[in-house]
Amino acid sequence: MSNAAPNAPAPTAPPPVEKIRIKVDGREIEVPKTMPDWQGRPQPTTMLQACHLAGNEVPHYCYHEKLPVAGNCRMCLVEFGTPMMDPATRKPVLEADGSPRIARSVLPYEPQTPRGAIACATPISPGMELYPSSPATRQMREAVLESLLVNHPLDCPICDQAGECKLQEYSVEHGSGTSRFVEAKVHKPKAVDLGPRIVLDDERCILCTRCVRFTKDIAGDDALGIVNRGSYNTIATFPGRPFDNNYTLNTVDLCPVGALTSKDFRFKMRVWFLKETRSVCTSCATGCNITIGSREDTIHRYEPRGNDAVNGPWMCDQGRLNYRWIGRSDRLRDVLANGAKTTWKAAVDAVAARLAAAPSGSVAIVASARQTTEELHLIKKLADRLGAPTDSVPREGEADRLLVNADRNPNTNGARLTGISFTEAGIRLPGIADGIRAGTIRSLVVFGEDVTQHGIGADLLARLELLVASDILPNATTAAAHYVLPGCAHAEKRGTFVNAKGRVQRFLKAVEPKGDARPEAEFLRELLAGTGAGEVPATAEGLFNAMAREVPAFAGLEWAALGDAGVNVPV
Amino acid sequence: MPQEYRLILKHADQPGYTPDIACYLRHGGYEALKKAVATPGRELPDGKKQSPREVIRDEVLKSGLRGRGGAGFSAGLKWSFVDRRGGKPIYLVCNADESEPGTFKDRQILHKDPHQLLEGMIISCWANDVKLAYIYIRGEMPRGARLLNQALDEARAQGFLGKNILGSGHDLEIHVHRGAGAYICGEETGLIESLEGKRPYPRIKPPYFPAVLGLYMAPTIVNNVETLCHVRHVVQLGGAEYAKLGTPNNTGTRIVSLSGDVRNPGYFEVEVGKVTLGQLILDANFGGGVRPGRSLKAIIPGGSSSKVLKAGEKFKLRRKGADGQMTQVEVDLLDLPYDFDSLQQAGTMSGSGAVIVMDDSRSMVDAIANLSEFYAHESCGQCTPCREGALWMSKALHRMTSGGGRPEDADYLRDIAQNIQGRTICAFGEAAAWPVLSFVSKFREEFAERGKADEAARAQGLSRSGTHH
Repeated sequence: MSNAAPNAPAPTAPPPVEKIRIKVDGREIEVPKTMPDWQGRPQPTTMLQACHLAGNEVPHYCYHEKLPVAGNCRMCLVEFGTPMMDPATRKPVLEADGSPRIARSVLPYEPQTPRGAIACATPISPGMELYPSSPATRQMREAVLESLLVNHPLDCPICDQAGECKLQEYSVEHGSGTSRFVEAKVHKPKAVDLGPRIVLDDERCILCTRCVRFTKDIAGDDALGIVNRGSYNTIATFPGRPFDNNYTLNTVDLCPVGALTSKDFRFKMRVWFLKETRSVCTSCATGCNITIGSREDTIHRYEPRGNDAVNGPWMCDQGRLNYRWIGRSDRLRDVLANGAKTTWKAAVDAVAARLAAAPSGSVAIVASARQTTEELHLIKKLADRLGAPTDSVPREGEADRLLVNADRNPNTNGARLTGISFTEAGIRLPGIADGIRAGTIRSLVVFGEDVTQHGIGADLLARLELLVASDILPNATTAAAHYVLPGCAHAEKRGTFVNAKGRVQRFLKAVEPKGDARPEAEFLRELLAGTGAGEVPATAEGLFNAMAREVPAFAGLEWAALGDAGVNVPV
Repeated sequence: MPQEYRLILKHADQPGYTPDIACYLRHGGYEALKKAVATPGRELPDGKKQSPREVIRDEVLKSGLRGRGGAGFSAGLKWSFVDRRGGKPIYLVCNADESEPGTFKDRQILHKDPHQLLEGMIISCWANDVKLAYIYIRGEMPRGARLLNQALDEARAQGFLGKNILGSGHDLEIHVHRGAGAYICGEETGLIESLEGKRPYPRIKPPYFPAVLGLYMAPTIVNNVETLCHVRHVVQLGGAEYAKLGTPNNTGTRIVSLSGDVRNPGYFEVEVGKVTLGQLILDANFGGGVRPGRSLKAIIPGGSSSKVLKAGEKFKLRRKGADGQMTQVEVDLLDLPYDFDSLQQAGTMSGSGAVIVMDDSRSMVDAIANLSEFYAHESCGQCTPCREGALWMSKALHRMTSGGGRPEDADYLRDIAQNIQGRTICAFGEAAAWPVLSFVSKFREEFAERGKADEAARAQGLSRSGTHH
């Protein structure tokens, strides 16, 4: 899948990287001499990276491509050899067939025993031979797994990590079926309340320090450390200081075992029942890529989905936990006309007729920068048909140094690029309020916002001849509306957002809408037809592709080409 | 009969010798420093020019001085690895965290002759262009730390430390840092982490070789107390002259800490390789033999981490004859020269120079259970094999010492230990594994007997639990 959009800047060719030849499991392969380290800086290629390029995944616990290397789990030990050099001539020693003689790495004090190197931290060198599938390598992995399990509680049946646990996965792949351990296990604290969102089971912890390194080196909070010694080591916070920053839940993702669990998610659902849907977080303009975990139309969790152009592998806690509203029991489920339940057809026909009959300039539309770009584009078409002023509502907060953007709307740029709002969102709202006050604006259509909180109070709403509100949850605006059109959360429909940096990102449908609620694009399409604005495509793909043909900012883009990682447009 | 050769401890135990600077100066103290900073540069036969500092470093290399902390690595080579081109400051750290069980030699220097260490350090710092150095002293040695701080004040007052040392233009400060009592702080990268104020988790190598990325990610030299003292004598004698002490490739003297079942335990400074293990244990000059009615059973020759040697063992050593040819000779345990190379060829090491003697009253199962408990307690827990394996071995051995032995326990212990050695971040893995590996292989029958007896007792519904200690 190509990310090359015609109006995206042409990718500059990376400088050529020198290649070196090595062998992996006897197969010759050419690999770059340097590769990006955890911060993206070129560093000598490691054995682990080289094996990956050769299609051989080296198992690991402590290593994570976006964290500083620790080298402590020893799971990635790999047997290797290097070309022998004649100490006198400094030339390679050759075999009879002219190939270089390889000196297998052995224990210096026990030359019959192979010595592995940790693949995560050991750079490769020309002519090196890696043996990730050799009996010695396999034995080293089996031994590390055995060691990790001797003091592990083996409480998989009630462990939240079961099903997505690296101890389980590697035990299947690299472990032994039996344990020789006959001693008493070390007992450590269980269900430790580490902070407001995190629970720690010290017995399950394998002390890989991923959580410690993430919290210190990525989140910038030196909150976690290790106390005690040897097998009694435990992860700890400073006494009396809870583990509480806006990124703590990433440690739950990073934890390869069931030691760190999310208070929000633990014991709620066995992970193998979860359906995974690719989506985008709506809590700010960063647009962190997420995976929605749902089962039977209930959302159980958000997890970050890796995208180096946006959020790396991380997301903030606030965004991650911002999903409960989707399942709230007071969701708008019914189409209402003057407070009475009605059908979509009756409501849309009536609204379309009222809008079509309204004099040009007497209708205003307030949209939401939480809506999809396609919806905003359709609203703009409707507004153009009606001669209606439009705007969206700004939503500001504080930015942080990692992911949180000050703009708390996920699609402010979508609203700008489609022409719904001006460069600065919300500056047309006072004008709309004035229009209502002056009696020039007599009809108002509101999508996904409570305008009473944004300068168009209940007193102004009461003056309107027609108030149409489409929303997901009830508010003062929907309460005052003549027509209520229940809409969908992003998780209930497909569409795109344009993030703060202009990345157009699509999200997919995870769960069904509640009650009679429908994706806004569906009834917008009917309103457009009913007001004589013409036909628009019925699918998310069709809508996006049509929009890309009509809106210059998206020229040349196609839904299919957005891929899972999105495409940048100039903003 | 071989005698002690006191170079480092020449004055320390003389009546009236005190650790203050006046006493040190009366005994020729700081003369080597004066000589070092006055060293002229020189031109080598091949036309290469050496700066005064390079001359001293070259002399240390030529002296053949090997590290006295445990690994026995060439001090001159270690210095030669230091990254002098990167533009970062170079640090020197004296490892005074003497904690290897059985070892009590550095504390003699620290408590009785601290200025000798300072002189060795100041010379080493001058030779390596070090402006800031640290002495990392074991937390359990408060008196040593106090004496060192006094000595630093005295040296500063005399112009041996601080700005423009002896008019040489070289500035140097030395700080004493007290550890908090962890064996792992003796591992040089763990020590560096601890010095930086962190938990002493040893660093992975590559990339964190101290000579390049050491203290504060700057090139760092870490040398043992005794090693640094020797630098003073290398300078005073000259490298070539110093190398005449001891034996080829095992030059100089070293202080042996002799403990266990001997009549006369203590510390003895000997020329390296000029005294055999047997002489150290049996001679009246040294250990004076095992107690009456007892016989020698085993020797731990280089601190508790070294592999145990069994009485009666014979070893094949490679020897260079007068004609330069290598020959193999068979040597009995007691005839092993006490040096780096011979003990390595005997499959063990001279390590920290601590010889622990065990007579026939000792149970090997009980002894290794005790040692294993130490390693389980001192494992930092950073990497999996050592963290889990050290405690596993200790638990298995304590099961054996309390009546729960099994016939298969020797193999069980061997397997656990083999999965530790060579797979850890630092040499602690070997330190924990080697004693167990050597005990269960060399005294296999003792482990088997214990296991069988326990199994039989359990079959009869009896338990030896609590009776065997």
